[in-house]
Amino acid sequence: MDATSRLCMRTEMELERSCPVLREYGSEQSLLSRPDGSSTFVQGDTSILAGVYGPAEVKVSKEIYDRATVEVLIQPKMGLPSVRERAREQCVRETCEAALLLTLHPRSSLTVILQVVHDDGSLLSCCLNAACMALMDAGLPMSRLFCSVTCAISKEGQIITDPTARQEKESRALLTFAIDSNERNVLMSSTTGSFSVQELQQCIAISQKASEQIFQFYRDSVKRRYSKMQ
Amino acid sequence: MAAGFKTAEPLEYHRSFLKENCRPDGRELGEFRPTTLNINSISTADGSALVKIGNTTVICGIKAELAVPPSEAQNKGYLVPNVDLPPLCSSRFRAGPPGEQAQAASQFIADVIESSDLINLEELCIEKAKLCWVLYCDIMCLDYDGNLLDACITVLLAALKTAQLPEVTINKETDLAEVDIEKKRRLKINRHPVGSSFAVFDDSIIIVDPTAEEESLSTALMTVVTDEEDRLCAVHKPGGTSLSGEKLQHCINRALTRNKEIRKLLDKVHESTKTMK
Repeated sequence: MDATSRLCMRTEMELERSCPVLREYGSEQSLLSRPDGSSTFVQGDTSILAGVYGPAEVKVSKEIYDRATVEVLIQPKMGLPSVRERAREQCVRETCEAALLLTLHPRSSLTVILQVVHDDGSLLSCCLNAACMALMDAGLPMSRLFCSVTCAISKEGQIITDPTARQEKESRALLTFAIDSNERNVLMSSTTGSFSVQELQQCIAISQKASEQIFQFYRDSVKRRYSKMQ
Repeated sequence: MAAGFKTAEPLEYHRSFLKENCRPDGRELGEFRPTTLNINSISTADGSALVKIGNTTVICGIKAELAVPPSEAQNKGYLVPNVDLPPLCSSRFRAGPPGEQAQAASQFIADVIESSDLINLEELCIEKAKLCWVLYCDIMCLDYDGNLLDACITVLLAALKTAQLPEVTINKETDLAEVDIEKKRRLKINRHPVGSSFAVFDDSIIIVDPTAEEESLSTALMTVVTDEEDRLCAVHKPGGTSLSGEKLQHCINRALTRNKEIRKLLDKVHESTKTMK
């Protein structure tokens, strides 16, 4: 299969235009042969491998009569998934459910498996981005795309986008948002630490701005991939 | 007729009410169900409370145990919150290991405790690297009728407010801990986080304090946790349809007024137990 990859460099120009600065990010699609869709998403040193199976047969106990059942599994790098992974799984699952047109596949199952390859901060964001790329690769009908941005608020009140694990540790609050591609609204929000209402609105605005870059990246990588196929 | 309509077309049934800016149980869109609070419900626990929001009932018991401080923070004690959703509370939960919702709720409560800086963990340390208190906060749902997270946060806060820890001294000669049951002190609560949950209907209508039925029919759920200084401790929206910044602001404003209502309730209940003595 032909794979797409592209790296976005942090350029001087971006800094001058005061665009939200994301770490170097990249992605590759269709790299696994068994799943119906697969992708990796790399943000700095954080890396996730995603696989999507479906629409497939569903267990009778999980069957929903008018739509597909979505399952998300997050596999940590070491050990067994813990309660923290369960909470992340819930966030990813409900975001995917909102984006996918599940009523087109009633009584079937969609499984998204996210394997953590390396965690260096903004893990939930990377999971969501990898999941979206994998769903696109699987060719599942979706009403919108989504991407995710993490913002850290430092002790001095500075907002850092796409923080590393160290920046996360030093921060006062950590906010992760998923933004949809239709209206640039907030699909998912998950926060830790305390912050003011103003800081929240600022972080949302920054995430919405940063999402433009990621959506453009999605568009470019898909374009590149399908133009190569012809 | 109405009952048949409700069973056959539950979503249409709810929509017909929402069109008139009210809900099947007679509430307005921004109205919470009556909230009641009872403290010291379990006499054998170190602290306990019971909260009812409409039919939703949760009970919380706090058990204090002595333990060795964790190696990464030797001058701190720790809290272990756990949310249990037994098959008793709703037909949607099965017996066996905790399901996704229970685990996600436990994690959310743990995050709220950490984010809101609810109690000073240093205060739970008795001797550095040797002995500390560990507080097991077991929250159990007795009746599930939606809005679990708000009820959990309120019940936890109320239970922690009633919790009393006996004084512990370490005997220098024998190097053993001596517990003085007679002397008890209360925990110092730094901040009062209060949750407010919202459900989104048909991608646009926002209602507060959804019942279990409204939760299952809604397209998105969100919980906002605020403290008394009007700071946000959590904006938890696991997914569902998207919300704009203005809609979010509307929810936050409602959450801030809810915080005052719950704080008043907590104060009133604690005052009443004092006068009883």
